[in-house]
Amino acid sequence: MASLGLQNVAGINLLFKEGPKVNAKFELKPPPYPLNGLEPVMSQQTLEFHWGKHHRTYVENLKKQVVGTELDGKSLEEIIVTAYNKGDILPAFNNAAQVWNHDFFWECMKPGGGGKPSGELLELIERDFGSFEKFLDEFKAAAATQFGSGWAWLAYKASKLDGENAANPPSADEDNKLVVIKSPNAVNPLVWGGYYPLLTIDVWEHAYYLDFQNRRPDYISVFMDKLVSWDAVSSRLEQAKALSA
Amino acid sequence: MAARALLTRKTLASVLRKDARPLGVGAAVATHSRGLHVYTLPDLEYDYGALEPAISGEIMQLHHQKHHQTYITNYNKALEQLQDAVAKADSSAVVKLQAAIKFNGGGHINHSIFWKNLAPVREGGGEPPKGSLGWAIDTHFGSFEALIQKVNAEGAALQGSGWVWLGLDKELKRLVVETTANQDPLVTKAPNLIPLLGIDVWEHAYYLQYKNVRPDYLKNIWKVINWKYANDVYEKESS
Ligand SMILES: [Fe+2]
Ligand SMILES: [Fe+2]
Repeated sequence: MASLGLQNVAGINLLFKEGPKVNAKFELKPPPYPLNGLEPVMSQQTLEFHWGKHHRTYVENLKKQVVGTELDGKSLEEIIVTAYNKGDILPAFNNAAQVWNHDFFWECMKPGGGGKPSGELLELIERDFGSFEKFLDEFKAAAATQFGSGWAWLAYKASKLDGENAANPPSADEDNKLVVIKSPNAVNPLVWGGYYPLLTIDVWEHAYYLDFQNRRPDYISVFMDKLVSWDAVSSRLEQAKALSA
Repeated sequence: MAARALLTRKTLASVLRKDARPLGVGAAVATHSRGLHVYTLPDLEYDYGALEPAISGEIMQLHHQKHHQTYITNYNKALEQLQDAVAKADSSAVVKLQAAIKFNGGGHINHSIFWKNLAPVREGGGEPPKGSLGWAIDTHFGSFEALIQKVNAEGAALQGSGWVWLGLDKELKRLVVETTANQDPLVTKAPNLIPLLGIDVWEHAYYLQYKNVRPDYLKNIWKVINWKYANDVYEKESS
């Protein structure tokens, strides 16, 4: 591992208050609301399967894959970056990244969420996308056009890429700005270095199939209108700026 | 090629479009024999509910009427844009369209094969392959059960969305099990591969019935596999 990658990971570790670095035990963290808390937009049944089965399986498989290997004892973020292996992914990557992605995703939502952000977050969105509506269009388009399974992200692109894992991010972008990106399957912006994720939407079919079947665009719209926790996004922006300053 | 023979289409020449291109360009292209085709949803040879209990009628209906139709709609759209871009010699637009063509065209090719790969039990679904494909499977995989195990293992291990295939390598004259991501057709793995059987392991193919348990879907789908079709393709392509 290059030291730059580790520095970066350490920063993210602080940012998201992840578990201990020694003998890390990965646990299935519950969403910060009851499983019926997002009804009627996202059904309890969806949460029961998405959190109770899919997320749980990622956690359990990760534990099995890590135990007794060189990854044992590393933080989740370290495992993600190490196992991404510059795009030539190692077996633990998918489970590790999916555990992180789902932890992050649950915290992106709240009962009675949605609407419009405020304060500095709104200012930066307007600065970097032109308007909140244009941001919405771009984010929704990214989520709708991710071929197959994956994720769409709003991220704070904080600094120059560290190069270690920077095989395929949109590296022509300027630094210190908000960007919308999408990623396939389990991939998340941590692997590129320099990106601080602020918001994500899961566009694997399991995230919406019980509630919306094939209508992914409807799921994306209602997620933005009624579920996004802009408070969570704002506080992540604050932390990202502090860490990258 | 087997895949091509499956595609249902009609020429655009017979369907006058309201949103025709600017006259000069459109007229020039229309006079060429390789006019734009409009792909349409192929009919299933069985009712939506005919594969129950292995695959529910609700899944079959959504899968065929919504998912497959959307790939066709977006494939037609992309081809129309491609034709415009080619006519305008806009290379960057031509290249940019490749991803949408691969995804949506692949979705159409793959699903067209998939429907043929399935049959109700009373019409022979699930009956192990007879004829030369049965022999070939025993030769290459040891037994029919060994093939099923291999397909199930590779299908279950596939990350995200995709397909698991039994294919014929025409060059090496051997059977192969392969997976492809998203809607990549088998031919993207190697040009000499002919799909005999493709199993859709996108979540939409099983989620309403099997939820997160993809291995159960894979276990049950063998009860409705149409081996006669796979055998016909095999015999045609290996002769
Ligand atoms: Fe998910
Ligand atoms: Fe499908």
